[in-house]
Amino acid sequence: MTTTEQRQIRVLIAKPGLDGHDRGAKVVARALRDSGMEVIYTGIRQTPEMIAEAALQEDVDVVGLSILSGAHMELFPRVVEALKARGVSDVVLFAGGIIPEEDVAALRALGFRGIFRPGASTQEIVEFVRASVEPRE
Amino acid sequence: MTVDELAEGVLRGDRRLLARAMTLVENRTPRGRHLLRLLYPHSGRAHTVGVTGSAGSGKSTLTGALTHELRRRGKTVGIIAVDPTSPFTSGAILGDRIRMQDLTGDHDVFMRSVATRGSLGGLSEAVADLMCVLDAAGKDVVIVETVGAGQDEVEVARTAQTTVLVLTPGTGDDIQAMKAGIMEIADILVVNKADLPGADTLLGHLRALLMLNRAEGWQVPVQRAIASREEGVVELADAIEQRRRFLETSGALETARRERARHQLLAAMRSALIRRAVGESEGVSRLEEAVERVASREIDPHTAAEELIEQVRER
Repeated sequence: MTTTEQRQIRVLIAKPGLDGHDRGAKVVARALRDSGMEVIYTGIRQTPEMIAEAALQEDVDVVGLSILSGAHMELFPRVVEALKARGVSDVVLFAGGIIPEEDVAALRALGFRGIFRPGASTQEIVEFVRASVEPRE
Repeated sequence: MTVDELAEGVLRGDRRLLARAMTLVENRTPRGRHLLRLLYPHSGRAHTVGVTGSAGSGKSTLTGALTHELRRRGKTVGIIAVDPTSPFTSGAILGDRIRMQDLTGDHDVFMRSVATRGSLGGLSEAVADLMCVLDAAGKDVVIVETVGAGQDEVEVARTAQTTVLVLTPGTGDDIQAMKAGIMEIADILVVNKADLPGADTLLGHLRALLMLNRAEGWQVPVQRAIASREEGVVELADAIEQRRRFLETSGALETARRERARHQLLAAMRSALIRRAVGESEGVSRLEEAVERVASREIDPHTAAEELIEQVRER
């Protein structure tokens, strides 16, 4: 039975940039949903401002970015900046897609707590999200 | 952050705090109820519009296009888009933003995706509370977009002052609309995707049906739209404004306001009672115990309910 005061984990899954391949993002969204989370999916070709604004309005706990185009080192810092500009500083960030090993450290420094490269399982992502969301009212 | 600070933030239009406030209210927390207590006196100015219709009828696209038109008219807009929670996992995919992407950059539009959840309070109650928050935040028009056309949607539609029912040609929507009893709650009928074959037949059919209903008072307009091309949206916004004027001048607004107040009050009493009787952890086990007894036919549900409520009074 659900209680009257349950706390739902809310996740935004977004695809910044111009690549239009969102199968991976959809699979992750689906896996998170199947583990009981509410997933806001915004579709492809999102600007950093659109992503940050959606994260703000939806008051999500977690933002996951999917990217295959290779533009992550350009776009991800801009997403982080756009979030900061809106005072959204307490969301957990993770990234998935084609991200070369040598970029991982830089993304971590930027605040990405989870980085999932090709081969990562959806289960890993689900567990990461669950573990990194601190209980909040 | 205190509830007072949050309420202040909502009233002065701080979007970040508005988002936080909506979370508290949606989660049905004591703090959320406290917040509503502070905000409720500041609500009641917005025109509330429900957009309903079966899945795939283009509600999100139409809501997006309508919002553009309302913005051109200088109105600020709040949107609540409801999508279903999976009954198996309690998770949900909320995808309505996909159709409203270009609204994201406009700070006078605030959109929130809401899952139906399996809450004891009921969806319509939660949505009414969220509408109140957006209303208090100063949005001129608050749109709630629901999925499907079942009883839940009828309830949600009832919380809005104006209900727009979206139908599409060639999907048997006319029959569905009659079955669900949803025609009766529609204040504006929109045949969307009106470039598809069968649109004129559906329009004619709906107009004929409406002649049988409501002889006086508000005359339900039947409109055509192609939401993806923003066609018919000016007419829809006009109809919504006419509806608002009609409500104001005919006295129907007052009647509806009282009707909604009664409805919300009864719903709130129901949830308060449920919360008190079976809300906390010990209550949950009390409920489960009663469920067992009812399921095994040891006791009937009415007597069991009386017993649970009686315990509240004793405590």
